Amino acid sequence: MSTTTVDDHHDEHPGFFKRWITTTNHKDIGTLYLLFSLLMFFVGGAMAMVIRAELYVPGLQWVEPGFFNSMTTMHALIMIFGAVMPAFTGLANWLIPMMVGGCDMALPRLNNWSFWILPFAFTMLLSTLFMPGGGPAGGWTLYPPLVLQTGNAFPFVIFSIHLMGISSIMGSINVVATILNMRAPGMTLLKMPLFVWTWLITAYLLIATMPVLAGAVTMLLTDKYFATSFFSAAGGGDPVMFQHIFWFFGHPEVYILILPAFGIVSHIIPTFARKPLFGYSSMVYATASIAFLSFIVWAHHMFTVGMPLVGELFFMFSTMLIAVPTGVKVFNWIATMWRGSMTFETPMLFAVGFVIMFTLGGFSGLMLAIAPADFQYHDTYFVVAHFHYVLVPGAVFAIMAAAYFWLPKWTGHMYNETLGKTHFWLSTLFVNLTFFPMHFVGLAGMPRRIPDYSLQFTEFNTMASIGSFGFGLTQLLFAFIVIQTIRGGKKATDQVWEGAEGLEWTLPSPPPAHTFDVPPVIK
Amino acid sequence: MSDKKTTTVLRSSFIALAMFGFGYLMVPIYDVFCDLTGLNGSTEIVSTKQDVDFAPDLTRTVKVQFVANLNNSMNWTFQPDTFEMEVHPGQRIVTNYTAINHRPDAVIGQAIPSVMPSVASRHFHKVECFCFTNQTFDAKEERQMPVVFVVDPALPDKVEVITLSYTFFDVTETASTTPFNLEVPAGG
Repeated sequence: MSTTTVDDHHDEHPGFFKRWITTTNHKDIGTLYLLFSLLMFFVGGAMAMVIRAELYVPGLQWVEPGFFNSMTTMHALIMIFGAVMPAFTGLANWLIPMMVGGCDMALPRLNNWSFWILPFAFTMLLSTLFMPGGGPAGGWTLYPPLVLQTGNAFPFVIFSIHLMGISSIMGSINVVATILNMRAPGMTLLKMPLFVWTWLITAYLLIATMPVLAGAVTMLLTDKYFATSFFSAAGGGDPVMFQHIFWFFGHPEVYILILPAFGIVSHIIPTFARKPLFGYSSMVYATASIAFLSFIVWAHHMFTVGMPLVGELFFMFSTMLIAVPTGVKVFNWIATMWRGSMTFETPMLFAVGFVIMFTLGGFSGLMLAIAPADFQYHDTYFVVAHFHYVLVPGAVFAIMAAAYFWLPKWTGHMYNETLGKTHFWLSTLFVNLTFFPMHFVGLAGMPRRIPDYSLQFTEFNTMASIGSFGFGLTQLLFAFIVIQTIRGGKKATDQVWEGAEGLEWTLPSPPPAHTFDVPPVIK
Repeated sequence: MSDKKTTTVLRSSFIALAMFGFGYLMVPIYDVFCDLTGLNGSTEIVSTKQDVDFAPDLTRTVKVQFVANLNNSMNWTFQPDTFEMEVHPGQRIVTNYTAINHRPDAVIGQAIPSVMPSVASRHFHKVECFCFTNQTFDAKEERQMPVVFVVDPALPDKVEVITLSYTFFDVTETASTTPFNLEVPAGG
């Protein structure tokens, strides 16, 4: 668009339909993604509440075992594809153009489409719960032959996964095109803010792995309905091969869920430590190394399938190698805080909480990487504790940190600091009460995805259930704070935070619909 | 849209399409990898009987165990006539499995073999096996099915026990549409 018409746009007042349904504005699409993610966070959270209510005491009290299994399956699918990934895409939409000094995303119409696919995908996925035979109940990993026993829901689950995949691939192509082509003059690759860097790498991971998942689920579909035998031993196939294909997608996927979080934390810690990020280029290279390594470690999810010793050793050592670049990042964050003039506003609390609790999840990951030990931990609550530590006080805390950090920029209002801090401390208390005891029951042998358990696990499970109810209720406070901030509050300044640096903080709060129509000059 | 942007989009879309293809390519790669390494218990394909004419090594004995499984809760009985035997490497052995179809209608079954430990699978040669083809059983039919095998004298010394396992699958519905050729003896 030509720069002479810029002022006309600022006076536009599109109606509701044009503003939200047919919008091509990166800020509005970002908002849609974030609100959708918040909604899915509560839907997936409600399913977690069903799981924890059933596990409060041993025995079967609230739900049928089949429904319990579809709760665990749907909880995972919704939290991964509906809550965490759209939240990161929403942040990417809002922030990447403002951070690189571009006027919008590179492909605005595609952007609208990749968002609006999601409500349809998740409506379809959720509708499977009401179908004959119930929703998918074989776990989010969809292992055959178990998953092939799903009833009428099966093709709907597969197609909703296809839609989610199409949405993320289009979103990622958009992110790559934006970062590579829309940067302001002078914004060289190694001057880009870390959130942009981590998203660039995440986008490539998505483009490379989501199609593999699409292929794997398509094979499941043809195995069930079109007499192929990819995973059926009777026809010369092999169910273990599904696990290889799935985890070839699945392991990079877990880094898709955490790399943007690394980017977010790398913005927040320097701001509130009032020091530049320690080791910027090592952060970039560490992110790239993690992304590369993520492609060669997948079989550590399947140590117990009967791999030869050489395979076990290869996947064990390559997995442990990932601790090196991850350690570089953790030490860089700590070094950034070292002797900084630190203050602890809510975003910083969440970021510091992230560093500590994510590292804890990383340590249990290292324990799981040890092949001989993994034979004991495999498919127990220890695994559940591990990945919830990296995903809840890891990815989810980082998303909340980002929400508190940039909400004043987006809305022009400061959130209520007291409520924000209350939200952080209650969340931290309850998240640990929920997931820490799971380490113990896991080490003692409690298997995952089972609606009942032996008596000796009762106390720890009751603790975990109480923690999860507390955590769930606390998140209502988060929704309240967000809505309150959108509706009003103390005016935010343009820079918002004293130590904030970056192009987005040079814009007014809230930014007008169109920003950087004239690219800024980067020194 | 600028040319540069179009290039980026085309390149990224190409990667996505290529990776979709790669997902499918992993299927043959997996099979070739397992065949080459003998992992997964895939057993050696025997071309002709001359190929397995070894001089029996009478100084060594290996224990061979036989296992039988049924898939899909098939209403069959399926078990080896001999559960384990001591064999000399190079010796040609004949043993039998017996299966009974308890159903009132005909069933087509397919047995899938697997050999453990996987290092032994390449040295375990089946000369004749009911697993080479589909087995059609009439209603209530009982049948003895032979297996002829030779253990290669090149079997590594550390292997003292070999387990041969068969799982029978009900392929009545798919047998007509997908002709089964697990181990077709190549001409030679």
